[in-house]
Amino acid sequence: MKTVRHGARARIAAVGIATSGVLLIAGCGAANESAPSGGAGGSAAPSVSGTIAGAGSSAQQAAQEAWIATFTGQNAAANITYDPSGSGAGRTQFIGGGVAYAGSDAYMTPAELTQAQTRCKSDVVEVPDYVSPIAVIYNVPGVSNLQLAPATIAQIFDRKITKWNDPAIAADNPGATLPDLAITPVNRSDKSGTTQNFADYLKVAAGPAWPYAVSDSWPVQGGEAAQGTSGVVGAVKAGNGSIGYADESQARGLGQAKVKVGSEYVGPTAQAAASVLEASPRVDGQGQYAFAYKLARDTTTSGTYPVVLVSYLLACSKYADAPTADLVKAYLNYVVSADGQSLAASKAGAAPLSDKLRGQITPAINAIAAGS
Amino acid sequence: MTTTTEKVTTQALPKPVQQLGDRIFAGTAKAAGVLILVVLAGVAAFLIVQAMPALLASPADLPGGRSLTAYIGPLVFGTVLAAVIALVLATPLAVAVALFVTHYAPRRLAQGLGYLIDLLAAVPSIVYGLWGVAVLAPATLGVSTWLNTYLGWLPFFAGPVSVTGRTMLVVGVTLAVMILPIITAVAREVFFQTPKLHEEAALALGATRWEMIRMAVLPFGRSGIISGAMLGLGRALGETMAVAIILSASGAVTFNLISSDNPSTIAGNIALQFPDSTGLAVNTLIASGLVLFVITLLVNAVARFIINRRREFSGAN
Repeated sequence: MKTVRHGARARIAAVGIATSGVLLIAGCGAANESAPSGGAGGSAAPSVSGTIAGAGSSAQQAAQEAWIATFTGQNAAANITYDPSGSGAGRTQFIGGGVAYAGSDAYMTPAELTQAQTRCKSDVVEVPDYVSPIAVIYNVPGVSNLQLAPATIAQIFDRKITKWNDPAIAADNPGATLPDLAITPVNRSDKSGTTQNFADYLKVAAGPAWPYAVSDSWPVQGGEAAQGTSGVVGAVKAGNGSIGYADESQARGLGQAKVKVGSEYVGPTAQAAASVLEASPRVDGQGQYAFAYKLARDTTTSGTYPVVLVSYLLACSKYADAPTADLVKAYLNYVVSADGQSLAASKAGAAPLSDKLRGQITPAINAIAAGS
Repeated sequence: MTTTTEKVTTQALPKPVQQLGDRIFAGTAKAAGVLILVVLAGVAAFLIVQAMPALLASPADLPGGRSLTAYIGPLVFGTVLAAVIALVLATPLAVAVALFVTHYAPRRLAQGLGYLIDLLAAVPSIVYGLWGVAVLAPATLGVSTWLNTYLGWLPFFAGPVSVTGRTMLVVGVTLAVMILPIITAVAREVFFQTPKLHEEAALALGATRWEMIRMAVLPFGRSGIISGAMLGLGRALGETMAVAIILSASGAVTFNLISSDNPSTIAGNIALQFPDSTGLAVNTLIASGLVLFVITLLVNAVARFIINRRREFSGAN
């Protein structure tokens, strides 16, 4: 840990020197041309510099890479890294002070929040930045428009419903011809935020039909298990009669079930996924800048798709030095901005945050400042 | 014969002249030898220190919530099962290939074949993994269904048949392909060293070529086959990526080789669980790694023991 921080400091110093060189040159230019200084993005936001490191959720990896590439393209003096080491590792590193910000598929527990506040010596900023619909994917010949109620999904994945022509499935799909075929549920064999969010959906929406505790490891033994999103998608593609769950963006081209919400069946679209956050209450007692949501998986609001993965950004509201604080603030603002969110939608298949939500969380990000 | 000559020469010489180059070489060689021991001790120390919290923790805090044995036991079972399947499939094949190369094939073909087999050993394991999951697994569906239909009374083929083919059987076959070149290479070297006199004597007594192989080559090469198999077993036990990619590991302890429900292996489980693990879960994974380390050490020690015990016949001296 010490060496990491030392290295980071050395890099900051190096970038600082480089920056001052750039400023000198810029200064000369300004003097010669007597024009206002500032780079390309100067008019929109003050240009920022320095180096920050982030770590955490691997679900955010593709989006973080796109955000970092674009952001550092606009702010040449800024250097940002993101290590997709996993949500748990990201939170641990953030609490330990190893990284300036973290990505996490779950909001912090009260104990973690206290530790993080100790590390930051201030309130913790916790905002949703990445919402991704999780599709229930299936491969059943002759079935193209599968509809499933939460309890049915839970029983399928709990291996209680074992045939595709089970009466429970037939009840959700009036008029459809269902084959007499064994169901092979496919789950992740590695730990995953997708598993955690999917299990949380089953727990909340299906109630007693899903008797397991929610964790990032799959609780049911005996199903087909595959590594990573690509593994699950591959297994469902290959397996006749199989059903699985995967990030919607990675699962195109496969059958995607519509899930029952209230009295209608909703498919995994970006818009339907983003509207879950609006239907969800904020978790109390996390601090003024912590926007954690108790996701309303059992919502009955029309047009809402509750099987989503919501990933958060974690940052301090106070940083010891001003350049770091400015850089974190600028980067987080970019991530939740309309530009950043549409970039994540195109590069990672995320559901963009709504303007209303952005309005709520932006003050928290703008509160980031230097100080102690 | 040679040993006596060597003894005579060493005795005849007075004190050997030690030059600077000799001393540098001796020192470097000794340092290299010591370094290996230090690295091994370092790995063992790392595993023990890092596994300690898991060994001392109360069972309820461990992943799975039962006990360390309950967590690692099925993994050990899966590891050994996969490796044994691979060994059972690969050893006879490797011996046959080695016999063909040394005693049946024309010289030119034998050389080319030898290169090809060595090349097989150079293929990265992740490539085998991708091949296993993309090609081999779907291709075994028909075979598994047939096995289940006609040999379903055997516990190995009890079913239900996996629809994706990502089964223990496929893992075993893939591992067998991976360890085939190792066993073949060792067996080939030993078969080559069969004393020509033995072979010619057998043939002179009227033995056919197959009888000659049974009487002269195989008894002579037995230690080589065993040690090659043990080296292959060592690799099969530690194979990680191929298992992680191919196997549908859901934690069951079963001899059923063709269903979706398979025990994971230690190395495969570490590869899958490590990235998102923290705290005690990491210690538990390292504890399982320690178990694998011990198993592999034992296997290699047994192999060494067999080789040493039969060294006088092996022709290596």
